[in-house]
Amino acid sequence: MRIRFLALIAVALAGAAGAFALVWRPAMPAQAEAQSFDPALIAKGRELAAVGNCIACHTVPGGEAFAGGLAIPTPFGTIHSTNITPDRETGIGVWSLAAFTRSMREGVDRAGNHLYPAFPYDHYRLVSHADNEALYAYLMTRTPVRQDALPNDLVFPLGFRPLIAGWKLLFLEPAGFMPDPAKSDEWNRGAYLAEGLGHCGGCHTPRNGLGAQIADQHFDGGEAEGWHAYAINANSPAPIPWDRDALAFYLRHGWHEVHGVSRGPMAEVTGNLGGLPDSDIEAIAVYVADVMGEPSPERRQQAERLREEVGGPERTGGDADTLAVPPDVAGMPGAALYAAACATCHESGRPLPYGGLDFRLSTAVNADNPQNIVTVTLFGLPPADGEASSVMPGFAGALDDRQVADVLAYMRARFSSGTAWPDVAEMTRRTRSGEHKVVVRPSDGIERAPLNVGVEVGP
Amino acid sequence: MTVKLKVNGTVHEVDADPATPLLYVLREDLELNAAKYGCGLGQCGSCMVLVDGEATLSCVVPILALAEREITTLESLGTQDDPAPIQSAFIELQAAQCGYCIPGMMMSAQALLQRNAAPSDQEIRDALRTNLCRCGTHMRILAAIRRAGEMMSAQAPANRRAG
Repeated sequence: MRIRFLALIAVALAGAAGAFALVWRPAMPAQAEAQSFDPALIAKGRELAAVGNCIACHTVPGGEAFAGGLAIPTPFGTIHSTNITPDRETGIGVWSLAAFTRSMREGVDRAGNHLYPAFPYDHYRLVSHADNEALYAYLMTRTPVRQDALPNDLVFPLGFRPLIAGWKLLFLEPAGFMPDPAKSDEWNRGAYLAEGLGHCGGCHTPRNGLGAQIADQHFDGGEAEGWHAYAINANSPAPIPWDRDALAFYLRHGWHEVHGVSRGPMAEVTGNLGGLPDSDIEAIAVYVADVMGEPSPERRQQAERLREEVGGPERTGGDADTLAVPPDVAGMPGAALYAAACATCHESGRPLPYGGLDFRLSTAVNADNPQNIVTVTLFGLPPADGEASSVMPGFAGALDDRQVADVLAYMRARFSSGTAWPDVAEMTRRTRSGEHKVVVRPSDGIERAPLNVGVEVGP
Repeated sequence: MTVKLKVNGTVHEVDADPATPLLYVLREDLELNAAKYGCGLGQCGSCMVLVDGEATLSCVVPILALAEREITTLESLGTQDDPAPIQSAFIELQAAQCGYCIPGMMMSAQALLQRNAAPSDQEIRDALRTNLCRCGTHMRILAAIRRAGEMMSAQAPANRRAG
């Protein structure tokens, strides 16, 4: 009896020790002041920060760069990004390189607290020591901003950070990038950037009930700040399949003639990638094109037909009346709205990125999820500050929910072979009211804090 | 085909194709010429009017979308003898040069000031993001909008001009 009791205590103690080892992480010593960095290292860090799109989450629109405080809505409540300027009290000024590297690889802050995986360390774990050193040099040489982090507002019991250790046990893979020796150096460079710092899957891979990316649905489409992030694997809904060259052009310039312009959170991504060398852009394109794979012969044929159609005489008419539209589609209630509100730009024949995309080429019109086209119809594409950019007026003030649904139903019927979207009027209502939170920003570059021109809602 | 439009408080019956952009009907049928044709693509803002109080680009909105809606043009805000705050402020601060964009600027500003009579400069810039001016009077336009906000706040209790 007594022995059994002792054994029970021993098991309980072992369990407690195991849990402690799993959860506990030591605080790291504070970094002394006055570090200096090689300017070349800082410049490299700047490029890497652009790949990581750090500024997008760590900056409040209109606020100081990297000072944190942005409310990030998640299915588990709202998380506020932290101050990653080198302010010694409210930022990461006292973090050593070792503490910074641990946060990137293990999702633990300097004091030893577990960080929520809204900070994508499930990707950043792949970042090399050399790149972390450059990122550290870049961030530690930004202007320090004194700004305390706002408290998170998470559903019970997720405010208790030690639980994150359990999440990591289930979902966090070991740190370090393992190149695939069967692939080219360029492919491996692309994989390193896209899967690591670039964290493409953070938006483009769907997540499970615990917020972890579903491994066997890699790049199968997800969500970002209220936008649908399209599948960028074999299930890509693009009418003309992406290839390496198209991806590279798009990532470099933020638009492509048969795919349209980047918008929403992707506009920031392409805006930031502008500072990257061509070789890195090419590498990402090589990798993502390989994940997408070769299109089926049938899909390729369809794309060829579409290319001919779009480049053909029909396009040059520049007038909605000259296009052949089946009578049942032409009679839809959205037809006249489309002709007056949309066709003036989208059938003008004016080339991208300043003209409107021919909707036959539109991924938004051909995707099963109409969220993005609802968002763009309501709020438009805001122009970038101080530089040439694509621009589209929003129609939130002009069209009511029914009218938006009508015009989109017409576009879906006319420009896509997909089935009609259900409940677009309801989706429009929710998007307009802010019940569905969506952020609409201009495609500004990395040093500029982005503005939200979508509906303003509380945190 | 006849379409009913409520413009500046009056219902008009207009004989036009329902797909006609509002701007054409305002200028050609109703002879309300404050809203200007600039780009015709909803990108320059010179055609701005209010629809149910929201700044709306009249060159890209067909009249069929506007049945039962309150359309407000610059003409209804005030007259030469009795200008509205936004008009007085633009005159006071001499915020126009060639003037072509100014009615659109005023309507975007009016929509903003009706919601918020004391906007920050950033809020003014955001609200007028799609109003272009080639003359470069932007700083005076900003000042005029701030001034109009002050005037509207001062007369708010009387609520003289509900747009």
